[in-house]
Amino acid sequence: MTAVTNAPPEKRSHGDQAPPKPRRRLGDLKVAMVFLIPATIGFVVFYIWPTLRGAYLSFTEYSLLEAPKFNGLDNYERMIHDSFFWNALGVTLEYVAINIGVQTVLAVAIAMLMYRLTKSITFRAAILLPYLVANVVVALVWYWMLDFQVGIVNQGLTWIGVDPVAFFGDSHWAIPTVAGINVWRHMGYTALLVFAGLQTIPTYVYEAAEVDGASELKTFWRITLPLLRPVLVMVLVVTMIGSFQIFDTIAVTTQGGPINSTRVIYYYIFERAFTRFDFGYASAMAMVLFAILAIVSLLQLRLLRAKESDLA
Amino acid sequence: MNVSRRTLLKAGLAALAVPSLAACNNGAAARGEGEVIYWLWDSAQLPMYTEAAKVFHEQNPQYSVKIEQYGWGDYWSKLVTGFISETAPDVFTSHSAKYPLFADKGQVLAIDDFVAKDNVDLGIYQKGLADRWVGADGKRYGLPKDFDSEVYFYNSAFTEAAGISPEQLNAMTWNPQDGGTFEEVVRRLTVDAKGRRGDQPGFDKNNIKVYGLGYGDAGGADGQTSWSWYAASNGWKYSEGEPWGTKFFYGDPKFTDTIGWWRGLITKGYMPTYAQAKSGVDITTSFGAGKYAITPNGSWMLGTYQTLKGVQTKLARLPIGPIGKRMSMMNGLADTIWAGTTRREASWAWVKFLGSQTAQDIVAKAGVVFPAVSASLPAAKAKFAANGWDVTPFLETVEAGDVFPYPANPNAADVSAVMTPAMDAVLSFDSPLSSLAKANDDVNKILAANA
Repeated sequence: MTAVTNAPPEKRSHGDQAPPKPRRRLGDLKVAMVFLIPATIGFVVFYIWPTLRGAYLSFTEYSLLEAPKFNGLDNYERMIHDSFFWNALGVTLEYVAINIGVQTVLAVAIAMLMYRLTKSITFRAAILLPYLVANVVVALVWYWMLDFQVGIVNQGLTWIGVDPVAFFGDSHWAIPTVAGINVWRHMGYTALLVFAGLQTIPTYVYEAAEVDGASELKTFWRITLPLLRPVLVMVLVVTMIGSFQIFDTIAVTTQGGPINSTRVIYYYIFERAFTRFDFGYASAMAMVLFAILAIVSLLQLRLLRAKESDLA
Repeated sequence: MNVSRRTLLKAGLAALAVPSLAACNNGAAARGEGEVIYWLWDSAQLPMYTEAAKVFHEQNPQYSVKIEQYGWGDYWSKLVTGFISETAPDVFTSHSAKYPLFADKGQVLAIDDFVAKDNVDLGIYQKGLADRWVGADGKRYGLPKDFDSEVYFYNSAFTEAAGISPEQLNAMTWNPQDGGTFEEVVRRLTVDAKGRRGDQPGFDKNNIKVYGLGYGDAGGADGQTSWSWYAASNGWKYSEGEPWGTKFFYGDPKFTDTIGWWRGLITKGYMPTYAQAKSGVDITTSFGAGKYAITPNGSWMLGTYQTLKGVQTKLARLPIGPIGKRMSMMNGLADTIWAGTTRREASWAWVKFLGSQTAQDIVAKAGVVFPAVSASLPAAKAKFAANGWDVTPFLETVEAGDVFPYPANPNAADVSAVMTPAMDAVLSFDSPLSSLAKANDDVNKILAANA
C-alpha cells in the first residue's frame, strides 16, 4: 500500500517566454517510461511478485525445503481453529490500541508545544533523536534498563518507594511495556509530521479566534484539531499500518512470552514460517493480516474524510 | 546531447540487467574447487577453528576452509535461507535439537559411506556421543566435536557467609516431597531484605535480597538448564524410545511432582516469581549482580561466568535423586555436511579432521568446551583448571554414564511451541499442574500427525 499524493501541476513561471508549443503526448510518455522503469522494476520485483507468490503459497502446504503442495483452503480452515492465531490477533490489537492511542496524543501535544512555544531547530532535532536510533538497539537498551533486578528504572522506582515492576516478565505488563518503548521511539517523528500539518493552518483563523476572545483550549478543539484532520488521518493510517507490523522489539526482548502474552501476529507468522517451517500456513496468516490492514486503512480514510479539508 | 532517448533507454536497461544477472550466481563457482565454507555460531571458538583450519590446510594442501561465524540468533534462520536459496555452507556446526528436522527434509548428508570407507574409529569419542548423531532413520549425520552437561554454579562468598561447606554442597540429596538437603541449602542461602535467612525466624518471603536458587526460564520442552536433572533423578523419561521420542510423558506424575516441587520454591520465596525471573536480561547477569546464590547451568557457560568479576563462582554437583544417583543431560555438537554441497570430498575431509584428535586437541587447549574425543579431555581439564575451574562435577556424571540425551525429535520446533507456553503458564501459577497432561496430549497429537 502506498500513499499517493496528487500535487496540482505547477504553473510555469517563466513569464517572459512564450508558452511552449503543445507536444505530441507520446513523446513525453517515452521519457516518462525511462524514469518510471527503475521504480516499477523495484515495485514489481519486491512488492507485487512476493505478494502474488505469498497469495499462492497461502493455498499450499509448503515446508520451505520441499516443493509446495496445493491444499486449497486448508490453511484458512486451520486458522479458524488455531487458538494461537486468535490470541496473536488479540495481542496485536491491544498493542496497536495502546501504541497508537498514546503515541498520537503525545505527538499532538508535543507538536502543539513546538508550534506555540518554540520554533527552535535544535529542539526539533532533539525530539527526533530516538527515531534515529535503530529499533533493535532501542529495544535492547530498554530491556536492560527495565531489568527487574539490576535495571536502572526499577532502582529508581525503589528509591521513590514504589515496588519494582517486572516489566517484561509479567504478562499484564509486557505488551504495555513494548508499546511504551515504541511510543518513546516514534512520538518525536510523529510529532514532526503533525507539526508540519500545523504549519499549513493559516494564521488568520487564529487571529480571528483571538479577536473573538476564544481561549487557548477552545482554539485547539474548534480550530486546530478540525483543520489538522486531513494530516492527522494520514499520520494515523501510516502509523497504524506500522504498528500492526510490530516485530523487532518483540523478537529481541520477550520473543512471544511470557506465556503467549506478546506473541503478536507478525512474530507468530515468523515463527511458523522460519522456525516451524510451516510456510503455507504463515502465508495464509500474512494474507489475512494484509486484508485486515487494507480494511482498517480504508475505513479510516472514509470515516475521517481524509480527502476534504474544513478550510475549503 | 547527441545521445538519443532510445540509446539512453537501452543503456539504462542494460545497466539494470547486469547486477540482476550477476546476483543469480550463488558464489559456488567463484571459489576454488577445494575450498570449503564452514559456519559456526560461537565466537569464543573462532580462534581455535581458525587454527584448526590452518593445520588442516597444511595436512591437505588441496583443500582449504573459509570460516564464517554468525551469532546463535541469526545462525539458524540464515542457514535455512541458505538451504532454500542453495547458498548454505558446505559444512556447519549442528545441534541435536535442529539436525533431526534437517535430516527429515533431506538437507544434511548421511556420512555412513564415508565413515565405512575411511574406517573412522567411533570408539575414540566419549561414550554414547557418536550415537547421538544417528538419526531416527538409522543414518549417521555427523561426527561429535564436543559435549556438555549441567552443574550448579554458586557464589562462594554467599555459601561461606551461610556456613555451608563445599563438601555439603557436593553431597546434596533431593526428592520431590521436601526437596531433601538441597532445599535446606537453598533455604539457608535465601536472604530477605532485613538480612534474615530462609531458615531463621521472621524470614519475610515477600522481600528477598538474595534468592537461594535462580532460573533462566521455565524450561520449555527440554528443561536442560532448569529442571531436567530433578525429573531424571526422579526416574522420569521424556519419551518412549529415547532419544527418538514417539510418545512423550509430560503428564506423568514423576514429572508433574518434580515441577510442582520446583515451582513451590517460588511460593516459599527461595526462587523469584516467573515474571521477575523473565523480566531480567539473563540469569548470569543477575547472578553476577549478586541476586542469586546458586544458578544451574551448562558447561558451555563457563566462559560467561568467568567474565563475572563481581562474584566468586564455584561449581557443585547436582543432587542425588530418589533413584539413588545424580543424572545430567549430556548434549553435544557435531559438524554436518549440507546435502546440496558441490564439494562432498573436501567437506568430508574437513568433517573427518574436526572429528579427529588432532583437531580436538587444538579445541581442548583453549578451554572453552569439552572435546568429544576422550583422549583430548585432559588438555581441556588442564586449561579449565588454569582458569580457576574445577570441572569435575561436569565430568563425573558423564564418566559414570549417568546421563540422558537431549529430547531430539524432527518436530522439536512444534513440540516446543506447545511446551514453552505450557511450562511458562505453570511456573507463573496461571495454570495448574494438571494442565501439563493436556499439553502432553497436544504434543503427542503433533507426533502422531507427522509420524
